[in-house]
Amino acid sequence: MLTNFNQQLYARRRRANSQGLFLSMCAMALGLAVLLWILFVLFSNGLAALDWNLLTKDTPAPGSEGGGLRNAIVGSLMMVGLSVLVSTPVGILAGVYLTEYGDQSKTAGLTRFVTDIMLSAPSIVLGLFVYAIAVATFGRFSGYAGSLALSLIAIPVVMRTTENMLRLVPGSLREAAFALGAPRWKVSTLVTLRAAKSGVITGLLLALARISGETAPLLFTALNNQFYSTDMSKPMANLPVVIFQFAMSPYENWIRLAWGGALLVTMAVLVLNILARVFFREKVSA
Amino acid sequence: MSMEASMSSSTAQPDTVMTESNQPNMVEVAKRQRFQDIVFHRLTQTFSLLVLLALTGIIASLFINAWPAFQKFGIHFIWRVEWDIVNEEFGAAISIVGTLASAGIAMLIAVPLAFGIAVFLTETCPTWLRRPLGTAIELLAAVPSIIYGMFGLFVFAPLFADYLQVPLQKILGGMPLVGFLFGGSTNGMGILAAGIVLAFMVLPFIAAVMRDVFEVTPPILRESAYGLGCTTWEVIRNVVLPYTQKGVIGGIMLGLGRALGETMAVTFVIGNANRMPTSLFSPGTSIASTLANEFGEAADFHISTLFALAFLLFVITFVVLAMAKLLINRTEKAKGI
Repeated sequence: MLTNFNQQLYARRRRANSQGLFLSMCAMALGLAVLLWILFVLFSNGLAALDWNLLTKDTPAPGSEGGGLRNAIVGSLMMVGLSVLVSTPVGILAGVYLTEYGDQSKTAGLTRFVTDIMLSAPSIVLGLFVYAIAVATFGRFSGYAGSLALSLIAIPVVMRTTENMLRLVPGSLREAAFALGAPRWKVSTLVTLRAAKSGVITGLLLALARISGETAPLLFTALNNQFYSTDMSKPMANLPVVIFQFAMSPYENWIRLAWGGALLVTMAVLVLNILARVFFREKVSA
Repeated sequence: MSMEASMSSSTAQPDTVMTESNQPNMVEVAKRQRFQDIVFHRLTQTFSLLVLLALTGIIASLFINAWPAFQKFGIHFIWRVEWDIVNEEFGAAISIVGTLASAGIAMLIAVPLAFGIAVFLTETCPTWLRRPLGTAIELLAAVPSIIYGMFGLFVFAPLFADYLQVPLQKILGGMPLVGFLFGGSTNGMGILAAGIVLAFMVLPFIAAVMRDVFEVTPPILRESAYGLGCTTWEVIRNVVLPYTQKGVIGGIMLGLGRALGETMAVTFVIGNANRMPTSLFSPGTSIASTLANEFGEAADFHISTLFALAFLLFVITFVVLAMAKLLINRTEKAKGI
């Protein structure tokens, strides 16, 4: 009687176990399937739009045929480039501060906490903020305002990865430098930062990937521009906003171009992410 | 500061042995280095304070720009069910309901899936597969949200309409009590569709946090449970999950924070109608998608109401994310045990 009961219990527990693990496997399969599905859709629609014109012609007028995304690609590259130039020094130095002095002061702790929140803050609100301080004040949309909005997203990413990577540097390295009489700034810039170089580059690449695909903060800052322009003080075309506008339109040609742009952006973002991982792995194995 | 003092004396000593004349020079060097250190400290501090400045700037500028709207409608702005641009009658209720409903649906779908993925990655997955599969999930997180939006609009919505909405409406539409949830048009757009697309967007974020906190569980706890004869599932349910409870909730709230503030993935599929949604299929709008759709053409008072919406969104997400971060930090601090 008792053994019978035990066997029943045992069977029930085993069943629950295999059911739970089977469901978890299904969840994993579903996640992978969605990734593959999205990539498949992107490639099958995007490759159809991918031709030389995409890179050499500007965005077409509504309803017209042909055209490309040259102005949007150039605009995106310029804005993302500028905001990387701005957020790299700011993010790295702020990250250095959090590691070097962050354990002693309460403000630094608060900064770290706020940075973590800013990492996931709604990007459209950041766009509105930049609209209020830059666009409304100077009276016009501009590539600079777009860059500023993107920098607000990139800086926390660079800051936090820099801090995490600096903390991985062995303490003995720092102590050795201190013992040789190096001042603190030399220890942080020439020893710890250099030792954590590949990790910091990982952070930069991740930030770059993150801002390359951001649409919402650019909607009301850089706006859009139908023509080719490299003047950053004027409204600027950029890939994400063009994709948004074209995908929501009723014109077939625009939708085709939107898929082409979507493929370009996603590939850029995924390649940057994979590069970042390769960099980080090199650091870990070294 | 004591460190620098001891440093300067240690650098000075070898020099005194070599040449007496160099000693004042070393003091100079120490002084200069100390000055450089102070500059370095302040410089890096300024840059890190920029983040705090940005946060206060965001809250202040949103509030100032929203002030006319708050002044006119007061606190009632939050639950007024009205969005009439022509007559300047505004209320946030429609957008707030859309935001909460779509994010809520997303959580209902994403949380069990993320839990499954985290369990698979930490328990069942063969070690050699862990890395590639983990990377795949992280890449899913890296896909820009506008891609999810396009995918939702062009691929998911048509399929959703034909294979889910129509049958659901047929089966459940006539049922008492829940029938109204499945009424309305079946064109693939609406609150439920937005929720599902959002779910797949936030899924990788939640899964990544859950996996990280599951790995925090001390192996000793896990092994002693196995030693007592627990099955893998029992170890997860009765040991790992209680141990990492706070971190798991933190991860869920992190995903919730993302879902609440997401613009692009939602705007494409939610339908963008300024009406109170009456069923899961009816089109609605979220705060973020209202901003994306209307801000470009807004003027005067309309702008200030949109700033008021943005302010509300920022406050809601800030509170959710802050709680998430506190819970996750607490779990990771427990790592040392």
